[in-house]
Amino acid sequence: MQLLIEQVLNGLQLGITLFLLAAGLTLTFGIMGVINLAHGSLYMVGAYGAALVAAKTGSFWLGIPAGLIAAGLAGLAIEFQVIRKLYERDHLYQVLATFGLILFFNGMASWLVGRAPLMMDTPAALSGFVEFIPGVPYPTYRLAVMLVGLAVAAALGLTISRTRLGMLIRAGSTHRGMVAALGVDIVRLYTVVFGLGAVLAGLAGLMIGPIRSVQVGMGEQILIMTFVVIVVGGIGSVRGAFAGALLIGMCDTLGRAFAPLLFKATFSASVASGLAATFSSVLIYLVMALVLVVRPRGLFPVGG
Amino acid sequence: MRFKSVLLAGAAVAALSGAAVAQVKIGFITTLSTPAGYLGEDARDGFLLAVSEEGGKLGGVAVEVIVEDDKLKPADGKQIAEKFLQSDKIKLFSGLIFSNVAAAVTPTILEAGGIIVSPNAGPSNFAGKNCNANYYVASWQNDNLHESAGALAKKLGYKKMLLLAPNYQAGKDAISGFKRLYGGEIVEEIYTALDQTDFSAEIAKIRAAKPDAVFQFHPGGQGIAFLKQWAQSGLKDQVPMVVASPSLEQKIAGVVGDAAIGIATTSHWNTDFANEANKAFVAGFKAKYNREPTMYASQAYDAAKLIGAALKGTGGSLDEKAFRTAMLKADVKLTRGAFKWGNNQHPVQDWYELKAVKGADGKVSLHTAGKVLEMHADAYARDCKL
Repeated sequence: MQLLIEQVLNGLQLGITLFLLAAGLTLTFGIMGVINLAHGSLYMVGAYGAALVAAKTGSFWLGIPAGLIAAGLAGLAIEFQVIRKLYERDHLYQVLATFGLILFFNGMASWLVGRAPLMMDTPAALSGFVEFIPGVPYPTYRLAVMLVGLAVAAALGLTISRTRLGMLIRAGSTHRGMVAALGVDIVRLYTVVFGLGAVLAGLAGLMIGPIRSVQVGMGEQILIMTFVVIVVGGIGSVRGAFAGALLIGMCDTLGRAFAPLLFKATFSASVASGLAATFSSVLIYLVMALVLVVRPRGLFPVGG
Repeated sequence: MRFKSVLLAGAAVAALSGAAVAQVKIGFITTLSTPAGYLGEDARDGFLLAVSEEGGKLGGVAVEVIVEDDKLKPADGKQIAEKFLQSDKIKLFSGLIFSNVAAAVTPTILEAGGIIVSPNAGPSNFAGKNCNANYYVASWQNDNLHESAGALAKKLGYKKMLLLAPNYQAGKDAISGFKRLYGGEIVEEIYTALDQTDFSAEIAKIRAAKPDAVFQFHPGGQGIAFLKQWAQSGLKDQVPMVVASPSLEQKIAGVVGDAAIGIATTSHWNTDFANEANKAFVAGFKAKYNREPTMYASQAYDAAKLIGAALKGTGGSLDEKAFRTAMLKADVKLTRGAFKWGNNQHPVQDWYELKAVKGADGKVSLHTAGKVLEMHADAYARDCKL
């Protein structure tokens, strides 16, 4: 039982991290119609910015604004230099250009910082673990990541549903021409949305830094999962991204945790663990396929 | 007038041929990108250090090393091998880091009549029945690493252990290698994904299973992530961990810092080995690259030295028989100290226990603590008919 609770917490934490990435990706794809494969690179830039500044200054807290600013600036630069020229083009051009950006950012990072992973410590205040459910000690830092993620999700939800910017974003995703006709500077709206997505990706990257390792190529590992999340959630929907992220995060974690039990009944221990590893790595794709069979446009489709 | 220009042309040709035209080309297929990119980078730099020490030669023979990144993808590795074989007419290969890439590349090269001297990957598939006269592994057979960890766990008296490794050839070799010399009870075997970097689900299972100790195999960035999360979970102070060097080598110890302290690791080499070859290597590597070498650098340096010894014996010829005769003599001092070839052309060597220690400067580094296995061969050698 305690194991189940701990695994559910782990699933939630992964899901919330995925949401931070998926929110930006789903907005740029849904509203701007741009496929941005370099979204994972922004996540990496956020982690590198934070890790480098934290290492230089010795303070994790100073690393946070550094990571956010680095990711935001990188995002704006990408939007300005590359994406803006491709709004009207076919998705294939966007895929090609942003794939090139992945190579560019990875090359840049290994050229500037080197290929060796960077060290990023958890801040002293958040190291150790808390036992907020008896019998389940849980790392304080992971808990903090979860809370920050939830707060950001809530703030994003309110922004989208209650503010003028949110109204424009919602309108932009369904009635692009009408929004432009009403005199809204759609190019500027796109820049804002893209920058927001970049900052969220940077936040995910810098928060994950002390848990995983900060290194070249870290963005691509999580990008595929993020695409699964937005497809499951419904492209363009932030609510969908949240639901999809939690679903995928939970499936992935619980699959890895409990799949061996499924196979142990029929196979020997070592065969079962091998099979379970294979099964849990395809589980999220199975879930995606199932969701798409039942709801071909995702859980929360945008624009009916 | 005409006579003079002919003379000049002749002199120019002579000057060209005098400027060390590479006699032997070496195709170095290694992993430079992905989070495991530093493994290949260190291997490449270690190999090139040996070449530059001799001023562009190995064993007195001018060599040209052509490096390509396999991106940790078997298909990419195979494609590079085909290109090297067909368009560059390369016959001698090194650089392989990951066993899954090696498994795809090795048959391609051997079938085309090439020679491989692996600086890292030593999968079990080519160590036993399928051993080959043109296939040498300069590092270790994969199982050896983990056999030494198993022997150490037994020595430390752990009765019930939980094992984790990625779900690929080297991961399976790790688990079977560990079990071979450990002999105690295995509570559970957990296979992770090769690109996984979040181990919270696995760590929660370890907490629930309450083993005496844990053995895990996660090289490169994966290992860093695992050790950090292990320390964050609070389990580090409750459950001891035994690993082999890929999961806690010189670089990982430096990056994770305090999270490495208290973990027992085993290796065939360490920076503090006092033999002359190693002292020269460590000093040379630091001087050239301004960083500490890892085991990957030392293995590739040793591989280059072994290739050098073989080329010296053949005078630069890549005739397979002559190359093999010279190679098997292994007439060279290696950074790891004692070394000889087994009949399957994998190393027979000593294995040591290493401890992560915090220095006066606050940096964590590995110190050699004692010998675990003496002149240890691998379990597949007896199936090899060479």
